[in-house]
Amino acid sequence: MNIAVKPQAGAHDAGRAEAYATPLAELNPAQTERFQADTIWPVFERLRREDPVHFTAESEFGPYWSITRWDDIMAVDTDHEGFSSADGIGLANKQSMEEQEAALRAIGQEPRRRGGAGFITMDEPEHSVHRKAVSPTVAPGNIAKMVPVVRERAGAILDSLPIGTPFDWVDLVSKELTAMTLATLFDFPFEERRKLPYWSDMVMNQPGHGPVKSWQHKAEAMFECFSTFEGMWNERIQGEPGIDLISMLTHHPETRQMSREQYHGTVILLIVGGNDTTRNTISGSVYALNKHPDQYDKLRANPELITPMVSETIRWQTPLAHMSRVATRDIEIGGKTIKEGERVVMWYISGNRDEAVIENPNDYVIDRERPRHHMSFGFGVHRCVGNRVAEMQLTIIWEEILKRFPKIELVGDPVRSYSSFVHGFESMQVVIPARA
Amino acid sequence: MPQILYVEASGAEHRVEVPEGWSVMEGAVKNNIPGIDADCGGACACATCHVFVVEGPAALTGDRTAMESSMLEFAEEVAANSRLACQIKVTGQLDGLVVRMPASQH
Repeated sequence: MNIAVKPQAGAHDAGRAEAYATPLAELNPAQTERFQADTIWPVFERLRREDPVHFTAESEFGPYWSITRWDDIMAVDTDHEGFSSADGIGLANKQSMEEQEAALRAIGQEPRRRGGAGFITMDEPEHSVHRKAVSPTVAPGNIAKMVPVVRERAGAILDSLPIGTPFDWVDLVSKELTAMTLATLFDFPFEERRKLPYWSDMVMNQPGHGPVKSWQHKAEAMFECFSTFEGMWNERIQGEPGIDLISMLTHHPETRQMSREQYHGTVILLIVGGNDTTRNTISGSVYALNKHPDQYDKLRANPELITPMVSETIRWQTPLAHMSRVATRDIEIGGKTIKEGERVVMWYISGNRDEAVIENPNDYVIDRERPRHHMSFGFGVHRCVGNRVAEMQLTIIWEEILKRFPKIELVGDPVRSYSSFVHGFESMQVVIPARA
Repeated sequence: MPQILYVEASGAEHRVEVPEGWSVMEGAVKNNIPGIDADCGGACACATCHVFVVEGPAALTGDRTAMESSMLEFAEEVAANSRLACQIKVTGQLDGLVVRMPASQH
């Protein structure tokens, strides 16, 4: 049965025409609709060629610079003194922020401000202190101990999938596996694990998207999340030190003293960083292999290509499309002067498609010569702390998939996230025709 | 041409000639020696080319820069002789250098 629907060629052609017809000065690459429609590519292609360091003067996110070439992104990412993370690392829709803050105040919660998303939104030296408190949990030694249990869970998830009937891969596999792993990393009650991706979706979406019905609904979910994690803090701080993330925070002399606001921000960082990114790359691997059947054939014929396939998928998907900074002084990047206080967006999703650095960057090639050479984890001191946990989960799920299923077929078009930050999927229908 | 000995965490040895002007990281990657990932490609921006300088003219490898020290903070098993291999430039004086790779790069 092949009921896959052809990609929306019409929408993509219209997207390309729009990207090139818009006057450069008005081009707003963060426009969220393009990300959901998957029409972002010609926008970044044009910017890399015509205006690689691009200023958008007016937008729903306020004024901001877009950095779209690999080398310029690298220059910003490695200059953590010149570019601060403390005022937020994602582009924020101004109106949405105001509505969200009003909803939080209505239930007696003060909105999180600077450092509002944990150490990813801190500068040095504070950043490194907080990061190092939790990094042993996701270091190679601890990950190696998790491998057998993750493999067992991945196998059980795959064995429970329906055969011959379409289902949502995001829900039954991507969210489930990453929720289990995150529950282990937090030592969170296993039977309640799906609260973790639920809270992640509540944080990252706005009303009308994902599970979020209203700003009040979102604020209440955040309150529930923080209350639960307060309980975990109080329990761990009295117990013996353990290797789980919350125990690490409570037993580290510096993070033990952190404010409640910082703790809540850290919880958000670890929940979102710990499942959204890996989840969307797991879904992205199924999507990419379906769109490139020759690569899927190559993988099936040679499972040793799983390791480079995982890195290639992380590049091709780029599960976080951007990270943002604020200039701490006037700095020249790519021939343009970014003024102190101006917001800068590093478009990793564009750097990963930079023709000057990656050969045939729009192609998905699972046996590239240097598959690890991608920007998806960021570079410099804020580089992804959990990258090895992500790679471990992706590798194991594919090792177990290839043992079981000759083919996972995409059914129709997936529903993409309404976000210029999280580059992923709300749902993705697939069918597994038969077991091996 | 300077000879450099790369020792994997397993003990496996790779003795190669590395042209002057390359980095110790390039000497490994371009000779397909396992144990060094070099994700960022030599920009001192990722800490996945962590090595221990164990023998030979170690004193001639130079000092860590501030950025290198910052990045090394995120590596595993960091010791006094830890370096990022992309930050050691190969010169004639480094002939006989021995570097060991950690069990894994992080």
